[in-house]
Amino acid sequence: MTGTGLLTTLGGHFAYFITVFLMMAGLFIVIARGNLIKKLVGLSIFQTSVYLLYIAPGKLVGGTAPILSDAFSVYSNPLPHVLILTAIVVGVATLALGLALVVRIREAYGSIEEDDILQSDAAPESPSQEQ
Amino acid sequence: MTLAQHLPALQVVVPLLAAPLTVLLRRRTLAFAVVLAASWIAFAISVRLWMQVESSGTISYAIGNWPPPWGIEYRVDRLSAFMLVLVSGLAAVVLPYSRASIEQEIPAHQQYLFYTVFALCLTGLLGITITGDAFNIFVFLEISSLSTYVLIALGRDRRALLAAYQYLIMGTIGATFFVIGVGLLYLMTGSLNLADIAQRLSAVEGTRPVLAALAFLTVGISLKLALFPLHQWLPNAYAYAPSAVTAFLAGSATKVAVYVLLRFYFSVFGAPQVFDKVPMQEMLLLLALAGMFAASAVAIFQTDLKRLFAYSSVAQIGYIILGLSFGTVTGLTATIVHLANHAITKGAVFMLLGCVAASLGGVGLARIQGMGKRMPLTSLGLVVCGLSLIGVPGTAGFISKWMLIQAALEQGQWWLVFLIVLSSLLAVAYVWRFVEAAYLREPSNDPNTAAEARWSMLLPAALLVAATVYFGFDTSLTLGSATHAAGELMSAPQ
Repeated sequence: MTGTGLLTTLGGHFAYFITVFLMMAGLFIVIARGNLIKKLVGLSIFQTSVYLLYIAPGKLVGGTAPILSDAFSVYSNPLPHVLILTAIVVGVATLALGLALVVRIREAYGSIEEDDILQSDAAPESPSQEQ
Repeated sequence: MTLAQHLPALQVVVPLLAAPLTVLLRRRTLAFAVVLAASWIAFAISVRLWMQVESSGTISYAIGNWPPPWGIEYRVDRLSAFMLVLVSGLAAVVLPYSRASIEQEIPAHQQYLFYTVFALCLTGLLGITITGDAFNIFVFLEISSLSTYVLIALGRDRRALLAAYQYLIMGTIGATFFVIGVGLLYLMTGSLNLADIAQRLSAVEGTRPVLAALAFLTVGISLKLALFPLHQWLPNAYAYAPSAVTAFLAGSATKVAVYVLLRFYFSVFGAPQVFDKVPMQEMLLLLALAGMFAASAVAIFQTDLKRLFAYSSVAQIGYIILGLSFGTVTGLTATIVHLANHAITKGAVFMLLGCVAASLGGVGLARIQGMGKRMPLTSLGLVVCGLSLIGVPGTAGFISKWMLIQAALEQGQWWLVFLIVLSSLLAVAYVWRFVEAAYLREPSNDPNTAAEARWSMLLPAALLVAATVYFGFDTSLTLGSATHAAGELMSAPQ
């Protein structure tokens, strides 16, 4: 592949590279971090990368917003935006529920570090502490 | 009759509207009545749809009157009708049970919210089953998942919170994988309607993005259906959730995920693309076998009955996927019939365990010693369900195993028959753990001699136990519809 060829590939696909980078970064944080809040942050990044995966291909170079007019003939695809609006709502709901659970976990365990929590459950054969 | 035309939409809308209504009413008795009515109406609608599909074929319903490839289509074929009846039927049985059950497990002022979330969960599961639109599946998947996390977190034990959190992380990763897969399919075909995607896929068959979509969808859905080794969230979630929730989830949530997998494999990608282009057959076979043996072996060493049967669920998912991995009509029939049989059996098991927990205060093996004398009916029910999990003739479980073995023999894989029987022996071992504790040990000298749980809890559970036995003898309803559904799936135009 010649230099310019490589550059065009990189340039043409840069949205995908960013998408995959964000995706992997998010997934890595979810797996590698023990802090429950940080895990949720990673999860959000992971979900957000998918928004990009949908939105980026919907854009056409030189395309306008899909409002019919004689002056334009090339339009961007509006459907991905609509889908992603839904996905954003789902993402917000998931994050809110996740954070609510973390609040409850902190009330019950006094910690938001996964290791501490697992330890405090494992240590005494806890006679199922009622809340 | 105009109302009859709109049944596919009402199937989802009725439970959906029941949810906000319960929040407005705020009284737990009223909330219970509303959701009970909604679930029974949903069950009636699903039975009606099923009869309609059996007599006059697939129903296609255009939401908002937008014709299918553009608008969202609700599509009821034999498989989805079968699943709708299963899910709504289970909800209709679990709800009457839940009233007495959650009284002891959830604080009184929060009980009406239980019904709200239950209705939402039912909405999501029914929506996934009925919709013919890929992105709509994702939305309903998240509706059901989010409400499932809440339902699990309602458990009394503080570990329920952690279980819900872990399931939220795993479930969201699964759903995001799913939506990546759908996105890739959309990029390649420009459509979100499942039937439309299937048609357009033939032009781009076997290209790398399509195969990547297949991989993402498989992993995402496998997380949801708890295929070994992606089952880590399941045992804790089942063990610490309130009993009624476990009974409903064990029978419906993972089963609906299997349905989504079947739908994508056979109606969208088509069997040739899934099984010839990628070694999916070998992979699924291997994971199914690993699940059957590993999860059963872990189940034997559990001391908490809820966890024991949760691991047993992972093993049973193995059987379900095993049937799917053959890629034949007989194999698919085994999968579909085991979906129903296992849903009924496990629903019964967890409802009975809820009765045990209500009377004895827990389901640890030490606590239930001598249960056979104190709670003879509940114990008997659990033994019958245990026999069904093993696959003893005369129970529903036997029918599924029989079909599985037939499917294996059809392929000339006699060694698989041997493995299926061997893994059933592991099931004998974990069911024996219960029998030993319940019948062969003397009751501990607990002053409060517990008796059977209340009738309102026992009766619905008994209904499912009876169904477990009934479907072991009369298979026209389960096996018959499963055979038709499998035939329809395999002959899907591709």
